[in-house]
Amino acid sequence: MSDYTKMWSSLGLDLKGHDALLSVLGNAYSAIFLSQKNRPEGMKYFDFVMGEVHGLRIKELMDAKAQGRVVIGSYCVFVPEELVLAVDGVAVGLCAGAEFNFEAAETLLPRNTCSLIKAAFGFKLGKVCPYLEASDVVVGENTCDGKKKAYEILAPLVKDLYIMDLPQTKSETGKALLKEEYRKFIAKLEKVSGKKVTAASLKKAVEIVNTKRMAVKRLAAIRSADPAPISGLDALLVNQVFFHDDPVRFTESVNKLCDELEIRVKKGTGVFPKGTTRVVVSGCPMAVPNWKVPVLVESSKAVIVGEESCVGERGSRWLTEVKGNTVDEILDSITDRYFNIDCAVFTPNPSRVDYVKDMKKKLHAQGVIHYSLQFCQPYIMESGPVEKDLEKSGIPTLRLETDYSQEDAGQLRTRIEAFVERLKKK
Amino acid sequence: MRYAGIDIGSRTIKLAVIEDGRLVLSRKLVTSHNPLETAKELMDGAEFDAITATGYGRHLIKGHLACPVISEITAFTLGSRFFSTDCRSILDIGGQDTKAISLDNDGTLCKFDLNDRCAAGTGRFLEVMATVLGFTLEEFPAAALSARKAVKINSMCTVFAESEVVSLTSQGANRNEVALGIHKAIVSRSAGLLKRVASPGKIFFAGGVALNDCVRILLENEMGSPVFVPPDPQIVGAIGAALSASEDG
Repeated sequence: MSDYTKMWSSLGLDLKGHDALLSVLGNAYSAIFLSQKNRPEGMKYFDFVMGEVHGLRIKELMDAKAQGRVVIGSYCVFVPEELVLAVDGVAVGLCAGAEFNFEAAETLLPRNTCSLIKAAFGFKLGKVCPYLEASDVVVGENTCDGKKKAYEILAPLVKDLYIMDLPQTKSETGKALLKEEYRKFIAKLEKVSGKKVTAASLKKAVEIVNTKRMAVKRLAAIRSADPAPISGLDALLVNQVFFHDDPVRFTESVNKLCDELEIRVKKGTGVFPKGTTRVVVSGCPMAVPNWKVPVLVESSKAVIVGEESCVGERGSRWLTEVKGNTVDEILDSITDRYFNIDCAVFTPNPSRVDYVKDMKKKLHAQGVIHYSLQFCQPYIMESGPVEKDLEKSGIPTLRLETDYSQEDAGQLRTRIEAFVERLKKK
Repeated sequence: MRYAGIDIGSRTIKLAVIEDGRLVLSRKLVTSHNPLETAKELMDGAEFDAITATGYGRHLIKGHLACPVISEITAFTLGSRFFSTDCRSILDIGGQDTKAISLDNDGTLCKFDLNDRCAAGTGRFLEVMATVLGFTLEEFPAAALSARKAVKINSMCTVFAESEVVSLTSQGANRNEVALGIHKAIVSRSAGLLKRVASPGKIFFAGGVALNDCVRILLENEMGSPVFVPPDPQIVGAIGAALSASEDG
């Protein structure tokens, strides 16, 4: 690995804390990912990306900045990458997946705050997320109340926090609000980048992002095979890298991985024996490096075959169908696409559970694990009705509520093992 | 063939051996600071052809004894059928956790739920409260049952409830009435867990706390269903593990 110390210092990272983070992350990655058996060759690219996640990729961002391109960081799949690309910017997901520096986060936030929000603050206050430090603009979106209020506290800590409002109902007024917010976001992007969004640049951006989503959709579909050609952990990793990598290179690498997986499916080979118990995970996003529940599931004689999550199908299952030729018309198409996202902040939100049922069926899963982060009110509230609906449809469901700590790993393992035993009996 | 099951719980370790569908050996020891040694001691001299482990320490023993493991949920489901075939749900209150399990018509595992990560409302909670009130575990239920009314206990956290009880007794509250309040608190919490998953009908009550008559009676009232306590409610998980070993063999 090259020496990035100078770059990290120039970004204002705390080198000691950052070293500690990278060392924990590196060890966890080896233990969890590299120890898996029969991994696809195509995962080597993602191993490389993870190895360079704070190195080469950050250097690319710095090079892009030097060429006058803007870097836009965000925490949510409602922030359209298409719009960022249309001003030749770089869109990156920001770090919020590890229990790092929570003590400091708790000096600004209530203790009863979800881990994802606490992690964002832990990374900021610990000065260890180079993506955040490299971002020219950080987009805070009004999804849940926790994030909404947390952005008020984050605002003075970052260079340029831009708040994007979001609707909470799937109504005509809701859609109009979303489009208006996207229009304002375009204006903001044009201002910071000094570049105009044109119909041509927007069309090209839509195509890049659509192609990227098609690649992960292809991966999602391949996972319906038994034996599973790829572990749930590796597939989750691909979905996590989705938010950090260069979109064109990422797309190529996912497609290459899929070529290999399709050959595996033809040959009938996989990472777990044929007939291994299959589950779909649904609920809160698992931001990198949150691998806690998948590790427990896949070491309990089961395989995860799909994620109904923002880091997963909820973030990628819709494509933008461009209708029209003007910026305004294309923006309509983009709004239509994003307005589909069935995040639990919407009320009511019936399409989510319907899609979980679809996934269960098409991926040949035996059950669903509903994953909620503690204090994530929208998903925890929704988990009860979702569980009831699924069970009523004959789909065994296990509801888990956890955080980023490891202290409940034993209790979670007991629940997961018992659930897998329940599924085997069916 | 003799099939053994070992249930490594947080407070006690249990061993059961089954032969021709009969329980031929049953042993218990306090878990201690060294569960592995205690487990070895428990198995010393016991004869069996195959063994399965369960309980929170099930993975601990795996490296030392080539044996399959099953979760406590499955172990209790299997073990309950050894004693009764007409129960529709299981409540197990052990040393550090509470499990509620609902059963399908054929007695297989349907839904289950466990208490949260702390030991609120479990056997350990009862132990601590008995000590605070100066009762032995044997005296505790009888004292509670002798009270005509209960003093309400608001905290379910063992630490908070302890200070609540101390302050109640220092205010001169009747200790039998406080004892009844504690039992009621446990039952209301466990019944809540059970109601979330259970189908109506007879309840199989297992775990160390099932030995407590007061909890059993209050549970029956709260649920409005008959509660069945097997002859030795602590051994159910170990028997379930032994039955699992016999299925595998």
